[in-house]
Formats: sequence, structure tokens, C-alpha cells
Amino acid sequence: MQKKVACSFPDEVLEHVFSFIQSDKDRNAVSMVCKSWYEIERWCRRKIFIGNCYAVSPRMVIRRFPKVRSIELKGKPHFADFNLVPDGWGGYVLPWIAEMAGAYPWLEEIRLKRMVVTDECLELIAKSFKNFKVLVLFSCEGFSTDGLAAIAASCMNLRELDLRDSDVDDLGGHWLSHFPETYTSLVSLNSSCLGSDEVSLSALERLVGRCTNLRTLRLNRAVPLDKIANILGRAPQLVDFGTGTYGADLQSDVFSSLAGAFSSCKELRSLSGFWDVVPAYLPAIYPVCSRLTSLNLSYVTIQSPDLVKLLRHCPSLQRLLVLDYIEDSGLEALSSSCKELQELRVFPSDPFGEEPNVSLTEQGLVSVCLACPKLQSVLYFCRRMSNVALVTIAQNCPNLTRFRLCIIEPRTADFLTLEPLDVGFGAIVEHCKDLRRLSLSGLLTDRVFEYIGRYAKKLEMLSVAFAGESDLGLHHVLSGCESLRKLEIRDCPFGDKALLANAAKLETMRSLWMSSCAVSFGACKLLGQKMPRLNVEVIDESGPPDSRPDSCPVDKLYIYRSVAGPRFDMPPFVWTMEEDSALQLNTIGNPIGSEWEHNMKGIQGLRAQMPFVLYLAELSNTSQW
Amino acid sequence: MSTPLEHDYIGLSEASSRERSSEKIPCSSSTPSIEDKTSTDTLLNLKETELRLALPGSLSPDRKLSLLRTALDSNDKSNGFAVYPLKNLVSGAKRGFSDAIDGPNGNGKWVFPMNGISDVDLAKAPVLASPRAVPAMKEVAAVPLSPKSTQDKKNPVPPASKAQVVGWPPIRSFRKNTMASNSAKNSDDVAGCHYVKVSMDGAPYLRKVDLNTYKNYVELSSALEKMLSCFTIGQCSSSGFPLRDGLSRLMDLLHGSEYVLTYEDKDGDWMLVGDVPWEMFTESCKRLRIMNGSEAIGLAPRAMEKCKNQN
Repeated sequence: MQKKVACSFPDEVLEHVFSFIQSDKDRNAVSMVCKSWYEIERWCRRKIFIGNCYAVSPRMVIRRFPKVRSIELKGKPHFADFNLVPDGWGGYVLPWIAEMAGAYPWLEEIRLKRMVVTDECLELIAKSFKNFKVLVLFSCEGFSTDGLAAIAASCMNLRELDLRDSDVDDLGGHWLSHFPETYTSLVSLNSSCLGSDEVSLSALERLVGRCTNLRTLRLNRAVPLDKIANILGRAPQLVDFGTGTYGADLQSDVFSSLAGAFSSCKELRSLSGFWDVVPAYLPAIYPVCSRLTSLNLSYVTIQSPDLVKLLRHCPSLQRLLVLDYIEDSGLEALSSSCKELQELRVFPSDPFGEEPNVSLTEQGLVSVCLACPKLQSVLYFCRRMSNVALVTIAQNCPNLTRFRLCIIEPRTADFLTLEPLDVGFGAIVEHCKDLRRLSLSGLLTDRVFEYIGRYAKKLEMLSVAFAGESDLGLHHVLSGCESLRKLEIRDCPFGDKALLANAAKLETMRSLWMSSCAVSFGACKLLGQKMPRLNVEVIDESGPPDSRPDSCPVDKLYIYRSVAGPRFDMPPFVWTMEEDSALQLNTIGNPIGSEWEHNMKGIQGLRAQMPFVLYLAELSNTSQW
Repeated sequence: MSTPLEHDYIGLSEASSRERSSEKIPCSSSTPSIEDKTSTDTLLNLKETELRLALPGSLSPDRKLSLLRTALDSNDKSNGFAVYPLKNLVSGAKRGFSDAIDGPNGNGKWVFPMNGISDVDLAKAPVLASPRAVPAMKEVAAVPLSPKSTQDKKNPVPPASKAQVVGWPPIRSFRKNTMASNSAKNSDDVAGCHYVKVSMDGAPYLRKVDLNTYKNYVELSSALEKMLSCFTIGQCSSSGFPLRDGLSRLMDLLHGSEYVLTYEDKDGDWMLVGDVPWEMFTESCKRLRIMNGSEAIGLAPRAMEKCKNQN
């Protein structure tokens, strides 16, 4: 009876229907309806997202999805951005490129985040994929402009080259001239991270001039201000523009040609760059300000009045990145000028100074939250906070999806009451029901985690530093946050108990990072032994952890689920806790008591219930970031 | 409540030891009692009596907020994963940290095994997870301040020597370096970071160091030595990555001055480290390279010792 139904639709029809289904979650669901749908779906999946490059091996991906055209991979843990992950940890993309070179000759798009990319990789990409279109290297490292030259020279159909925030060995701007004169397909170029003083301006201008579909152009600092007019003149269709240096001695002719160039860019919606700003040149962008939806002034070191003057011209602004020079007064002005604001990021101008250098407090953020009803995403660095302010923010911005607060001094209490900020953050998670990402700071006890576990049901990523008092805190989070995918913790007194009691939870998450906490080596070994589908990696640069008692806490711990087993590209200071039965558990004193076995049996029971297909499907879940 | 002088570093055990009053601490030789199985409630009620990371007599306003707390019972999940006190794994902890716990304050009141510095200073001093052999980078990456000086200092002078916790505040390197070079241009004190890459001939990957965390050549070279001891040269697995082996060969080589420390300056020239005063060096250094001695001949080779003596 069921067979009949399955045969009534030819495969081609199903495939055609599936082609309208883009989201990974839906695709995964489709693939589990029945075996034939699984087969059809896997042959027509074109786009794949792998949130942790070590969760699965290239071969496994290729075996299941033979016709992929677009791949996105993420490598190092997020805390690598802040130098907490030692160099050489891993995240090498070469094995992936090497396998895909043979298996996916029609691969068009590669997007990488926090991975190590070498010139060899780039050359291999240039050589292997004839229809290559999109290369995004977000926070990557390990390559130089020579590798980029290879891409430029070979990829005739390249649309997008985005190097944002990558650490590139910039050997000078000559790589740009490797784009042949016949090449015209560029749509997006972001080279803003390149650090050399040299750039081949003529090559750049010619490239911009002949690529009439160019929509995004983000220049690097080496491009001087007086060249902007020329470049914009060749690309008036730009939607997203990032300047290079935006400072020079004021000359009226330079200014007027700059202003003229900006005003002819009718499609311009996003501006960034603005290194070394000379305030007198800012009015040159006024002609476009009314249409701007995104403005990145986070390298602009000018004072609040000048910033406010600029922002008053931008009523359509949805996204603003700015330094704390804007101060409370500036944010107040922002809140009255920019009612469409959805995302605000305020960065510290002097994060390591002991005393505040600007008058930016919690008040600035509160005033924006009170007056900007569409606010969804906040990243805010400040030096003081209060529960009252956080409660006000929570009640007035129930639509927040991302809230990251960094109070610069660790463990800073509510400045009004000297209490911990538990209640304030509790209000955030209670009122903001769609909160997906949260970063905590300030003085926090286990109570804040109790609130998070109870209310933050949609929370996917949580970052914790210098907070909590005991394992109960971690237990609240692991047992309560149903949607949790990524948890990163540093310098908190969380130890073995919560981790081991919630071991099964870790298989439902992408990863857990814990550094400078209190998890013992013995617990790591136990976890690695009992949970074969978790990779438990101990990072310790001071020497092998088994040279110390099992009760010693490990320096850094990174746990992630994987169907690929332990990796083999680890540097000397990373150890994987394996399922090896030869592993000796060195329990000092007491042998493992019955409470342990009870725990472990429970963990194993849960694992047995989880079908493998479901697990594999979960690995392909779409990320929101 | 009489505070036991010693207990292990997870505060929960204090309550559980109150429950088992017959036990002494350290209790590594005793078996957990049946009471522990029902201790979920006990654990969850610990908030009232739990130790805090603070000095005796300091404010603990949190306790007063207990009125506002809803019953933790509402959170009590019967999922079979109740948090039992897992003394067994941590009971040995105090042996590792006995010197810390028996530290200057002598009362082991720390939930977290820090050495005997006050809560205020914890925020300012580099955070060390344990008093065991401190990870190499941390030892030099953070300049420890004595508690007294941190509290008493009211420094109007730009605080270039503030102890920096690694990776805090969480700002990306690109931004840090950009801001640092901004302020250098404005001739303020560069309180930010100055990351430079360190490459070593034959090593599989680069390292990065923050020059601002060192005060002189001696500190830099000892930091590099410690850092590079993670490399193993001469033995690689088939995938090209070094195996975890001993590390002394590298050290011998460094000491035996087969290798020379060089740097690339702003003009792109490669110079020997140690020729110029430290401040001049940090300003002009763009990257470091540990070069094979034979390659460095053109740079007027000198021994590493001389570099150290320069300071």
C-alpha cells in the first residue's frame, strides 16, 4: 500500500519540488520521511553548512551529498577571536579543499569562518573549480596576497571575494592586477583587512571601472582619500562602500569632488571604513546619509558632537557601529534621530585604561532602548551597569534577539546597589522571549543561570566570563536551555559535577568551551571514555595533563559532537580524551561509587535512544550567525 | 556556622559535609553516604549557606535577596540527572592545591583555587586557574601586581602597566591593533596590544606574541623559549604535523645559538634582535623570526647570550 504511494511520483518531480526547499532544517526533515526521499534529497542538495569542520569528515559529506555547489565551514571556537585558542590549534581547510577538488568539480561557493587557509589552498581552489563564484574568508588566516593573486588570475566567473577580518600576509597590492583585463564579473570585493601600505591604485581603478555589476566595495586603509572620488565615479551603482583612509589635509577641491562623487551614488545604502578620519571631510557623505541603512564608524575617533551631527542626517539608519566617543549624550541624540535602528554596537576606545576616558554609561544604552522600538541586536561595552537599567531595557525591548553586554572590569557589581546583576539579566531573558544570543558580564551569582535556564528557551549561544559560584550555575544552563547550541565559558568556578551530570546534553549542542574553570582532567577522561560521539579536547600549553593528578583542573577544554571521531591534526598541546579502554582512571582515594554508575547508566540509556540519522541531520542545522 | 578550615574547591561539598557530620575533611577514604542520594534538595538549598568568593566580612548582599527568589524547587527536574556531589573525582583536589588553600588567609574560604589575593584584585590581577605550574604564556603575558599596589594606586599617569587578562575585554585583534596604532599616532601611551607574528624555521605554524606584555629583551626571549617548547622539530607524522614528543632538542638548539632571533622592522629590513633599545625595538618591530644560524650570517651573527646581556 505504501509502496504504491511512493511510486506515484517520479523522482524528477520530487526533485523539482525539493528545489524549492532551501532551508537546511526543512531539507533534513524531508530526508527523513522515507528512504527514497532520503535518496532523492541527497542527490539534489546543493548547499551545505557545517558549523564545526571537525564534526564530520569531508569524505562523509561527499558520500552523502555528491552534488554540492556551495559549502560553508567553520573552524576554530569563537574564543579564538580573543586569543584564547593557541596558534596551531587546528581548523585547517586544506583537507576539505583537497577532497572537494576531486568530488565537486562544479563547486561554486566556499565560505569559511575562523579557518586556516594557505596559499596552497587558494591555488588549489583556483585550479580545481571551473565555475567558482564566491569566496568568503571570514576571520581566517594563514594566507597571503599571493594566494589571492592565484584566485584573481584563474577564476573567470568570480563574483564575490570577501576577506573580512582575516589576517592576511599583505605583500603589496599587485595581486589586484592579476585579474585579467577581460574579467568583468565582480559583484563584491571586501579587502578592508589588508594591512600593507602599498596598493595598486591603477589596477583597482581599472577593475572597478570594468566590473559594472559591482555592488559592494570595501577598500583597505592604504587607499587614500583623494582617490575615492575617482573610484566612486567609476562605480556609481555601488550599494555598499568602505573607504580607506578618510583623512587628509583639507582641500576644497578634494572635498567638492568627494561630495560630488558620493551624491552620484544613488544606490548607496551602507558605508564603512573611515580610518584616520578628519572631521572636516565627513560632510562630504551628507548627500547619501538620508538613504543609509548601515553605518560603520567603529574606527572613527572623533568626539560626540561631530558624530551626532553626522547621525542627524541618517534617519533611515538600521545598523550602527560606533566607538564610545559617542557618549551618553550622543546615544540620546541617536535615539531621537534614528527610529529605524535595529542593531547597535558600541566599542571601547580605551579598553585597557583604568579610568573611563569618555562619559559613556548604561544610560546611553537605556535611552536607545527606550526610543528605538525596532532594536534587536546589541553589543555594548561600558564600565558600569545597574539592575534597574537592565530591567528597563528588557521591558522596553522585548524583541531583542542578540544581547551582548561587556562591562569592562570583570565582576563589576550594580553600581547603585552593589548587588550582583542577576536580576537585571534575569529580566532580559524573561522578557526577550526570542533571545538567541547572550553574553554576560559583571558580578553574577548562580542565580542568573537559574533565570537563564528557566526562561531562555530559544537561546542558542551563551558566553560567560568571570561569573557564577558553583556547578549549580552550569547545571541550570545545561539542563534548562533547550535550544542551546554553543556555550563558551571562561574563568568561572564550574567543575566536574554539572558537566558530567549533563553529559548527554553535550551531544545536542555544537560545542562547549571552558577555559580557566575547574574541570578536572579525570572528568575529561571520563567524559571522553563514556561519550564516544563527543570529542573531548584538552588544551594545555604547559605540558601533558597526565603528568599531574587527575584531580587537577585542565587549562582549556573544548568539547564538540562529532561523527568523524577524534581528529589527527592536533598540535602537541591538544589532547583528545579517547574511548580507549586502556585509559586508566586515576581516582585518588575513593573508587567510583555507585552514584557514578547510576549517572553513567542514565547517560548511556539516553544515547541508545537517539537514532543515528537524526543525529547526522542535526549536524547540518543552519546557523543564524 | 563554623567554617571548616579545609574543604575542596567546589563549595557544594561544604553543605554535603555538614550533612555527613561524621566525616572529616579530607574524606577521600570514606564512602559517600546514602543521604547524598536525597541531597538534591540539600544542594539546591545551598544558596543560603554557600561560600562566596569573598573575604570574610565583605558585603554579601546576595543573601539578602533570598526574599526575592522563587523556590528553586520549581526548577527541580526529575530527569535522573540530579547533581550528586561528586566528591570522588575532586577529593584529591586539595592535595594539589593545599598550598593555595592553606595560603596567607589560611581559612580556605575560596570556592575557586586562587592564590591568596583579595576579590578586588581578582578583577585586576591576571586570572590563574590553578597554582600549579602556570601555563607558559600566562606567566609572561600578564604582569602580576601585588594586591597592595593595585588597591592603593591612584594613578593619574596613563596606566601602561595595568595587568591585562588574556582575551579580556573581548575585542578582536584587528580592532586592538588598529586602535593601538591610532593612539600611537596621537602620541598617547599605547595601552593596547602590539601583536607580532613569530615564525620559526622548520616549525609548522606561526605564533603571535603581544610585545606590550614584555618590558625588556630578557622577558621576550624567555617567553619565546617557553612558547616554542611546544614545537617539536625533527619528527613529523605522515600528515605533516609534528608528533607529541620531547621538546628538549629545540631548547638545546636555541641555547646553543644555532638559532638567532631576528625581526622585520618598519622598513622591511631584517635585523638582529637586541641591537637597539627596547622601546625603539617595540616601536619598529613588525614580526619576529627565529632564523637558522647559517642564514643569519649576513646580519653579523651574535649569540643569544649577547641579546640577553643587552638588557
